[in-house]
Amino acid sequence: MHRFANPARFLRIAAIIQPWAMAVAALSFAAGLWFSLFASPADYQQGETVRIMYIHVPSAWMGMFCYTAMAVFSAMGLIWKHPLADLMARATAPVGAAFTFICLVTGSLWGKPMWGTWWVWDARLTSMLILFFLYLGYMALADAFDDPERGQKAAGILALVGVVNVPVIKWSVDWWNTLHQPASVVKMGGPAIDATMMVPLILMAVAFKAYWILVLIFRTRSEIAGAKLRTLRMAQVHAAGQAE
Amino acid sequence: MTRKKRRLYFVILGLLAVGAAAALVLSALRQDIVFFFSPTEIMEAKVPTEGRRIRLGGLVEQGSVVKDGATVRFKVTDGANALPVVYEGLLPDLFREGQGVVTEGRMGQGVFVASEVLAKHDENYMPKEVAESLKKSGHWQGEHPEQVQK
Repeated sequence: MHRFANPARFLRIAAIIQPWAMAVAALSFAAGLWFSLFASPADYQQGETVRIMYIHVPSAWMGMFCYTAMAVFSAMGLIWKHPLADLMARATAPVGAAFTFICLVTGSLWGKPMWGTWWVWDARLTSMLILFFLYLGYMALADAFDDPERGQKAAGILALVGVVNVPVIKWSVDWWNTLHQPASVVKMGGPAIDATMMVPLILMAVAFKAYWILVLIFRTRSEIAGAKLRTLRMAQVHAAGQAE
Repeated sequence: MTRKKRRLYFVILGLLAVGAAAALVLSALRQDIVFFFSPTEIMEAKVPTEGRRIRLGGLVEQGSVVKDGATVRFKVTDGANALPVVYEGLLPDLFREGQGVVTEGRMGQGVFVASEVLAKHDENYMPKEVAESLKKSGHWQGEHPEQVQK
Protein backbone atom coordinates (compact mmCIF):
# COMPACT_ATOMS: atom_id res chain seq x y z
CA MET A 1 0.00 0.00 0.00
CA HIS A 2 2.77 2.40 0.95
CA ARG A 3 4.36 2.01 -2.46
CA PHE A 4 1.38 3.74 -4.04
CA ALA A 5 1.59 6.71 -1.69
CA ASN A 6 4.23 8.29 -3.91
CA PRO A 7 2.62 10.98 -6.12
CA ALA A 8 4.99 10.36 -9.06
CA ARG A 9 4.18 6.65 -9.02
CA PHE A 10 0.48 7.45 -8.72
CA LEU A 11 0.64 9.67 -11.81
CA ARG A 12 2.42 6.93 -13.80
CA ILE A 13 -0.12 4.26 -12.83
CA ALA A 14 -3.03 6.66 -13.34
CA ALA A 15 -1.89 7.37 -16.90
CA ILE A 16 -2.04 3.63 -17.65
CA ILE A 17 -5.43 3.07 -15.99
CA GLN A 18 -7.14 6.16 -17.38
CA PRO A 19 -7.87 5.04 -20.98
CA TRP A 20 -9.08 1.65 -19.72
CA ALA A 21 -11.38 3.22 -17.14
CA MET A 22 -12.69 5.55 -19.82
CA ALA A 23 -13.41 2.69 -22.21
CA VAL A 24 -15.06 0.55 -19.54
CA ALA A 25 -17.19 3.48 -18.34
CA ALA A 26 -18.35 4.45 -21.84
CA LEU A 27 -19.02 0.91 -23.07
CA SER A 28 -20.77 -0.40 -19.97
CA PHE A 29 -22.81 2.79 -19.62
CA ALA A 30 -23.97 2.57 -23.24
CA ALA A 31 -24.75 -1.14 -22.95
CA GLY A 32 -26.31 -0.64 -19.53
CA LEU A 33 -28.63 2.09 -20.83
CA TRP A 34 -29.60 -0.04 -23.80
CA PHE A 35 -30.48 -2.97 -21.55
CA SER A 36 -32.18 -0.73 -18.98
CA LEU A 37 -34.44 1.04 -21.42
CA PHE A 38 -35.02 -1.46 -24.23
CA ALA A 39 -33.61 -4.93 -23.80
CA SER A 40 -35.01 -5.84 -20.38
CA PRO A 41 -38.52 -6.96 -19.46
CA ALA A 42 -41.11 -5.01 -17.51
CA ASP A 43 -41.70 -6.17 -13.95
CA TYR A 44 -44.65 -8.47 -13.25
CA GLN A 45 -45.84 -6.10 -10.56
CA GLN A 46 -44.45 -2.65 -11.24
CA GLY A 47 -44.52 -2.69 -15.04
CA GLU A 48 -42.24 -0.26 -16.86
CA THR A 49 -41.60 1.77 -13.71
CA VAL A 50 -39.07 -0.85 -12.66
CA ARG A 51 -36.56 0.74 -15.06
CA ILE A 52 -35.91 3.48 -12.50
CA MET A 53 -34.16 0.73 -10.54
CA TYR A 54 -31.27 0.62 -13.01
CA ILE A 55 -30.30 4.17 -12.03
CA HIS A 56 -31.54 4.17 -8.45
CA VAL A 57 -29.92 1.00 -7.12
CA PRO A 58 -26.42 1.43 -8.65
CA SER A 59 -26.49 5.05 -7.39
CA ALA A 60 -27.32 3.86 -3.89
CA TRP A 61 -24.46 1.34 -4.08
CA MET A 62 -22.14 4.14 -5.21
CA GLY A 63 -23.26 6.34 -2.33
CA MET A 64 -22.26 3.66 0.17
CA PHE A 65 -19.19 2.48 -1.76
CA CYS A 66 -17.75 5.99 -2.13
CA TYR A 67 -18.31 6.72 1.54
CA THR A 68 -16.52 3.52 2.55
CA ALA A 69 -13.66 4.37 0.18
CA MET A 70 -13.53 7.88 1.61
CA ALA A 71 -13.37 6.53 5.16
CA VAL A 72 -10.59 4.07 4.25
CA PHE A 73 -8.58 6.83 2.53
CA SER A 74 -9.17 9.13 5.51
CA ALA A 75 -7.98 6.42 7.91
CA MET A 76 -4.83 5.94 5.83
CA GLY A 77 -4.31 9.70 5.82
CA LEU A 78 -4.79 10.00 9.57
CA ILE A 79 -2.74 6.96 10.59
CA TRP A 80 0.11 6.86 8.08
CA LYS A 81 -0.02 10.51 7.03
CA HIS A 82 -0.10 9.61 3.36
CA PRO A 83 -0.71 12.90 1.61
CA LEU A 84 -2.09 11.04 -1.40
CA ALA A 85 -4.70 9.20 0.69
CA ASP A 86 -6.08 12.54 1.89
CA LEU A 87 -6.25 13.84 -1.67
CA MET A 88 -8.10 10.72 -2.80
CA ALA A 89 -10.60 10.98 0.07
CA ARG A 90 -11.22 14.58 -0.94
CA ALA A 91 -11.57 13.56 -4.60
CA THR A 92 -14.11 10.84 -3.78
CA ALA A 93 -16.47 13.00 -1.70
CA PRO A 94 -18.28 14.93 -4.47
CA VAL A 95 -18.74 11.75 -6.52
CA GLY A 96 -20.38 9.99 -3.59
CA ALA A 97 -22.48 13.04 -2.78
CA ALA A 98 -23.70 13.30 -6.37
CA PHE A 99 -24.68 9.63 -6.55
CA THR A 100 -26.39 9.78 -3.15
CA PHE A 101 -28.35 12.77 -4.40
CA ILE A 102 -29.32 10.90 -7.59
CA CYS A 103 -30.38 7.95 -5.44
CA LEU A 104 -32.60 10.16 -3.26
CA VAL A 105 -34.20 11.94 -6.23
CA THR A 106 -34.85 8.81 -8.31
CA GLY A 107 -36.11 7.02 -5.20
CA SER A 108 -38.57 9.82 -4.62
CA LEU A 109 -39.73 9.71 -8.25
CA TRP A 110 -40.12 5.95 -7.94
CA GLY A 111 -41.88 6.10 -4.58
CA LYS A 112 -44.69 8.33 -5.78
CA PRO A 113 -46.19 5.95 -8.37
CA MET A 114 -45.39 2.71 -6.47
CA TRP A 115 -45.84 3.50 -2.79
CA GLY A 116 -48.06 6.54 -3.19
CA THR A 117 -45.67 9.01 -1.55
CA TRP A 118 -42.58 11.05 -2.47
CA TRP A 119 -40.98 10.64 0.91
CA VAL A 120 -41.44 8.89 4.25
CA TRP A 121 -39.21 8.99 7.32
CA ASP A 122 -38.54 5.28 7.46
CA ALA A 123 -35.16 3.91 8.53
CA ARG A 124 -33.79 3.30 5.01
CA LEU A 125 -34.73 6.67 3.55
CA THR A 126 -33.65 8.60 6.62
CA SER A 127 -30.26 6.88 6.89
CA MET A 128 -29.64 7.58 3.20
CA LEU A 129 -30.45 11.27 3.74
CA ILE A 130 -27.99 11.29 6.66
CA LEU A 131 -25.35 9.86 4.30
CA PHE A 132 -25.93 12.79 1.94
CA PHE A 133 -25.53 15.27 4.82
CA LEU A 134 -22.33 13.49 5.92
CA TYR A 135 -20.88 14.07 2.45
CA LEU A 136 -21.84 17.75 2.57
CA GLY A 137 -20.37 18.07 6.06
CA TYR A 138 -17.16 16.38 4.96
CA MET A 139 -16.70 18.70 1.98
CA ALA A 140 -17.53 21.82 4.00
CA LEU A 141 -15.19 20.83 6.83
CA ALA A 142 -12.32 19.91 4.51
CA ASP A 143 -12.41 23.42 3.03
CA ALA A 144 -13.19 25.30 6.24
CA PHE A 145 -9.58 25.96 7.29
CA ASP A 146 -6.90 28.19 5.78
CA ASP A 147 -4.44 25.39 6.38
CA PRO A 148 -5.65 22.51 4.14
CA GLU A 149 -3.93 19.96 6.38
CA ARG A 150 -6.02 20.94 9.40
CA GLY A 151 -9.22 20.83 7.38
CA GLN A 152 -8.23 17.42 6.08
CA LYS A 153 -7.67 16.10 9.58
CA ALA A 154 -11.03 17.34 10.89
CA ALA A 155 -12.88 16.08 7.80
CA GLY A 156 -11.08 12.73 8.01
CA ILE A 157 -12.31 12.26 11.57
CA LEU A 158 -15.85 13.12 10.46
CA ALA A 159 -15.60 10.57 7.63
CA LEU A 160 -14.51 7.88 10.10
CA VAL A 161 -17.23 8.67 12.63
CA GLY A 162 -19.87 8.70 9.89
CA VAL A 163 -18.87 5.28 8.60
CA VAL A 164 -21.15 3.64 11.22
CA ASN A 165 -24.03 4.87 9.06
CA VAL A 166 -23.05 2.58 6.15
CA PRO A 167 -24.02 -0.75 7.79
CA VAL A 168 -27.10 0.97 9.21
CA ILE A 169 -28.20 1.84 5.66
CA LYS A 170 -27.49 -1.66 4.39
CA TRP A 171 -29.38 -3.49 7.14
CA SER A 172 -31.97 -0.87 8.03
CA VAL A 173 -34.58 -2.81 6.07
CA ASP A 174 -33.84 -5.96 8.10
CA TRP A 175 -33.46 -4.43 11.56
CA TRP A 176 -36.63 -2.37 11.47
CA ASN A 177 -39.82 -2.62 9.50
CA THR A 178 -39.75 0.03 6.78
CA LEU A 179 -41.78 1.10 3.79
CA HIS A 180 -38.75 0.31 1.66
CA GLN A 181 -38.65 -3.36 0.66
CA PRO A 182 -35.83 -5.65 1.90
CA ALA A 183 -32.63 -6.25 -0.04
CA SER A 184 -32.99 -7.91 -3.45
CA VAL A 185 -29.43 -8.47 -4.64
CA VAL A 186 -27.05 -8.90 -1.70
CA LYS A 187 -29.01 -11.14 0.64
CA MET A 188 -29.10 -14.62 2.12
CA GLY A 189 -30.27 -17.26 -0.36
CA GLY A 190 -29.17 -15.36 -3.46
CA PRO A 191 -30.67 -12.48 -5.43
CA ALA A 192 -34.44 -12.11 -5.79
CA ILE A 193 -34.06 -10.41 -9.16
CA ASP A 194 -34.57 -12.23 -12.43
CA ALA A 195 -31.36 -12.73 -14.47
CA THR A 196 -32.69 -10.59 -17.33
CA MET A 197 -32.96 -7.70 -14.89
CA MET A 198 -29.59 -8.34 -13.26
CA VAL A 199 -27.79 -7.66 -16.55
CA PRO A 200 -28.58 -3.91 -16.78
CA LEU A 201 -28.16 -3.55 -13.03
CA ILE A 202 -24.64 -4.99 -13.05
CA LEU A 203 -23.67 -3.09 -16.23
CA MET A 204 -24.75 0.22 -14.71
CA ALA A 205 -22.95 -0.58 -11.46
CA VAL A 206 -19.74 -1.31 -13.42
CA ALA A 207 -20.15 1.91 -15.43
CA PHE A 208 -20.58 3.98 -12.26
CA LYS A 209 -17.52 2.40 -10.62
CA ALA A 210 -15.40 3.06 -13.71
CA TYR A 211 -16.65 6.65 -13.72
CA TRP A 212 -15.54 6.99 -10.10
CA ILE A 213 -12.05 5.70 -10.98
CA LEU A 214 -11.87 8.22 -13.80
CA VAL A 215 -12.96 11.15 -11.64
CA LEU A 216 -10.61 9.97 -8.90
CA ILE A 217 -7.70 10.11 -11.35
CA PHE A 218 -8.66 13.55 -12.71
CA ARG A 219 -9.29 15.13 -9.34
CA THR A 220 -6.28 13.61 -7.58
CA ARG A 221 -4.06 14.73 -10.45
CA SER A 222 -5.31 18.28 -10.21
CA GLU A 223 -4.95 18.21 -6.42
CA ILE A 224 -1.31 17.10 -6.83
CA ALA A 225 -0.76 19.92 -9.32
CA GLY A 226 -2.41 22.34 -6.90
CA ALA A 227 -0.18 21.23 -4.04
CA LYS A 228 2.92 21.64 -6.24
CA LEU A 229 1.76 25.11 -7.21
CA ARG A 230 1.30 26.04 -3.56
CA THR A 231 4.79 24.85 -2.70
CA LEU A 232 6.29 26.77 -5.64
CA ARG A 233 4.46 29.93 -4.70
CA MET A 234 5.59 29.60 -1.08
CA ALA A 235 9.17 29.16 -2.24
CA GLN A 236 8.86 32.25 -4.42
CA VAL A 237 7.45 34.35 -1.62
CA HIS A 238 10.15 33.05 0.66
CA ALA A 239 12.90 33.84 -1.88
CA ALA A 240 11.50 37.33 -2.47
CA GLY A 241 11.43 37.91 1.29
CA GLN A 242 15.10 36.93 1.66
CA ALA A 243 16.25 39.08 -1.30
CA GLU A 244 14.93 42.25 0.27
CA MET B 1 5.17 1.66 20.18
CA THR B 2 5.69 3.89 17.20
CA ARG B 3 3.49 6.91 16.60
CA LYS B 4 1.94 5.25 13.55
CA LYS B 5 0.97 2.23 15.60
CA ARG B 6 -0.43 4.45 18.31
CA ARG B 7 -2.55 6.35 15.76
CA LEU B 8 -3.73 3.05 14.24
CA TYR B 9 -4.89 1.73 17.63
CA PHE B 10 -6.46 5.08 18.41
CA VAL B 11 -8.49 5.01 15.19
CA ILE B 12 -9.58 1.39 15.73
CA LEU B 13 -10.55 2.14 19.33
CA GLY B 14 -12.43 5.23 18.21
CA LEU B 15 -14.35 3.28 15.58
CA LEU B 16 -15.28 0.61 18.12
CA ALA B 17 -16.48 3.26 20.57
CA VAL B 18 -18.54 5.07 17.94
CA GLY B 19 -19.96 1.76 16.70
CA ALA B 20 -20.92 0.71 20.21
CA ALA B 21 -22.51 4.09 20.92
CA ALA B 22 -24.51 3.92 17.68
CA ALA B 23 -25.64 0.36 18.45
CA LEU B 24 -26.80 1.36 21.94
CA VAL B 25 -28.67 4.44 20.69
CA LEU B 26 -30.35 2.55 17.87
CA SER B 27 -31.42 -0.35 20.07
CA ALA B 28 -32.74 2.09 22.69
CA LEU B 29 -34.79 3.84 20.00
CA ARG B 30 -35.99 0.57 18.53
CA GLN B 31 -39.68 1.34 19.09
CA ASP B 32 -39.38 4.77 17.49
CA ILE B 33 -37.48 3.69 14.41
CA VAL B 34 -39.99 1.06 13.27
CA PHE B 35 -42.12 2.55 10.53
CA PHE B 36 -45.34 0.72 11.32
CA PHE B 37 -46.95 -1.65 13.80
CA SER B 38 -48.56 -5.00 13.01
CA PRO B 39 -52.27 -5.69 13.65
CA THR B 40 -51.27 -8.02 16.50
CA GLU B 41 -49.18 -5.34 18.22
CA ILE B 42 -52.06 -2.87 18.03
CA MET B 43 -54.80 -5.32 19.04
CA GLU B 44 -52.83 -6.65 21.98
CA ALA B 45 -52.27 -3.03 23.05
CA LYS B 46 -48.50 -3.34 22.90
CA VAL B 47 -48.38 0.20 21.55
CA PRO B 48 -50.25 3.22 22.89
CA THR B 49 -53.02 3.97 20.40
CA GLU B 50 -55.11 6.40 22.45
CA GLY B 51 -55.51 9.63 20.48
CA ARG B 52 -52.22 9.10 18.68
CA ARG B 53 -51.55 8.93 14.97
CA ILE B 54 -49.95 5.60 14.27
CA ARG B 55 -49.09 3.49 11.26
CA LEU B 56 -50.51 0.02 10.74
CA GLY B 57 -48.79 -2.32 8.31
CA GLY B 58 -49.47 -5.78 6.91
CA LEU B 59 -51.12 -7.53 4.01
CA VAL B 60 -54.57 -6.67 2.69
CA GLU B 61 -56.64 -9.73 3.59
CA GLN B 62 -58.01 -11.75 0.70
CA GLY B 63 -61.66 -10.97 -0.04
CA SER B 64 -61.86 -8.19 2.54
CA VAL B 65 -61.91 -5.14 0.24
CA VAL B 66 -65.33 -3.48 0.04
CA LYS B 67 -65.64 -0.27 -1.94
CA ASP B 68 -68.53 2.09 -1.26
CA GLY B 69 -68.16 5.26 -3.30
CA ALA B 70 -64.92 6.91 -2.22
CA THR B 71 -64.84 4.92 1.00
CA VAL B 72 -62.88 1.68 1.12
CA ARG B 73 -63.07 -0.91 3.85
CA PHE B 74 -60.53 -3.68 4.11
CA LYS B 75 -58.68 -5.74 6.66
CA VAL B 76 -54.96 -5.64 7.31
CA THR B 77 -53.55 -8.95 8.45
CA ASP B 78 -50.20 -10.22 9.67
CA GLY B 79 -51.24 -13.86 9.43
CA ALA B 80 -52.24 -14.08 13.08
CA ASN B 81 -54.68 -11.20 13.47
CA ALA B 82 -56.61 -8.95 11.10
CA LEU B 83 -57.65 -5.38 11.85
CA PRO B 84 -60.50 -3.70 9.92
CA VAL B 85 -59.54 -0.41 8.25
CA VAL B 86 -61.74 2.30 6.80
CA TYR B 87 -60.25 4.79 4.37
CA GLU B 88 -61.60 7.57 2.21
CA GLY B 89 -59.48 8.70 -0.72
CA LEU B 90 -57.27 7.62 -3.57
CA LEU B 91 -55.45 4.30 -3.32
CA PRO B 92 -51.98 3.72 -4.79
CA ASP B 93 -51.74 1.69 -8.01
CA LEU B 94 -50.22 -1.32 -6.28
CA PHE B 95 -53.07 -1.59 -3.76
CA ARG B 96 -54.82 -4.92 -4.09
CA GLU B 97 -55.78 -7.93 -2.03
CA GLY B 98 -52.75 -9.85 -0.82
CA GLN B 99 -50.57 -6.76 -1.26
CA GLY B 100 -48.48 -5.24 1.52
CA VAL B 101 -49.75 -1.87 2.75
CA VAL B 102 -48.86 0.71 5.35
CA THR B 103 -51.76 2.86 6.55
CA GLU B 104 -51.55 5.92 8.75
CA GLY B 105 -54.37 7.07 10.99
CA ARG B 106 -56.02 6.61 14.37
CA MET B 107 -57.64 3.74 16.17
CA GLY B 108 -61.45 4.14 16.33
CA GLN B 109 -64.01 1.78 17.89
CA GLY B 110 -62.33 -1.43 16.84
CA VAL B 111 -61.72 0.07 13.40
CA PHE B 112 -58.57 1.75 12.19
CA VAL B 113 -59.51 5.05 10.54
CA ALA B 114 -56.80 5.66 7.94
CA SER B 115 -56.01 9.04 6.43
CA GLU B 116 -53.25 7.71 4.20
CA VAL B 117 -52.65 4.35 2.52
CA LEU B 118 -49.23 3.49 1.09
CA ALA B 119 -48.41 0.36 -0.90
CA LYS B 120 -45.42 -1.74 0.11
CA HIS B 121 -43.99 -4.08 -2.47
CA ASP B 122 -41.69 -7.03 -1.94
CA GLU B 123 -38.09 -7.51 -3.01
CA ASN B 124 -38.83 -9.81 -5.95
CA TYR B 125 -38.32 -8.50 -9.45
CA MET B 126 -39.11 -10.63 -12.49
CA PRO B 127 -40.87 -10.43 -15.83
CA LYS B 128 -44.54 -11.37 -15.96
CA GLU B 129 -43.88 -14.61 -17.85
CA VAL B 130 -41.48 -15.84 -15.17
CA ALA B 131 -43.99 -15.03 -12.44
CA GLU B 132 -46.64 -16.96 -14.34
CA SER B 133 -44.52 -20.03 -14.91
CA LEU B 134 -43.39 -20.02 -11.27
CA LYS B 135 -47.02 -19.92 -10.27
CA LYS B 136 -47.89 -22.75 -12.63
CA SER B 137 -45.08 -25.00 -11.46
CA GLY B 138 -45.97 -24.33 -7.84
CA HIS B 139 -42.67 -22.64 -6.97
CA TRP B 140 -44.23 -19.24 -6.33
CA GLN B 141 -43.06 -17.68 -3.09
CA GLY B 142 -44.32 -14.13 -3.43
CA GLU B 143 -46.82 -12.46 -1.17
CA HIS B 144 -49.68 -12.22 -3.60
CA PRO B 145 -50.28 -15.34 -5.65
CA GLU B 146 -53.64 -14.23 -7.03
CA GLN B 147 -52.59 -11.34 -9.19
CA VAL B 148 -50.34 -13.27 -11.51
CA GLN B 149 -53.29 -15.02 -13.01
CA LYS B 150 -54.79 -11.79 -14.31
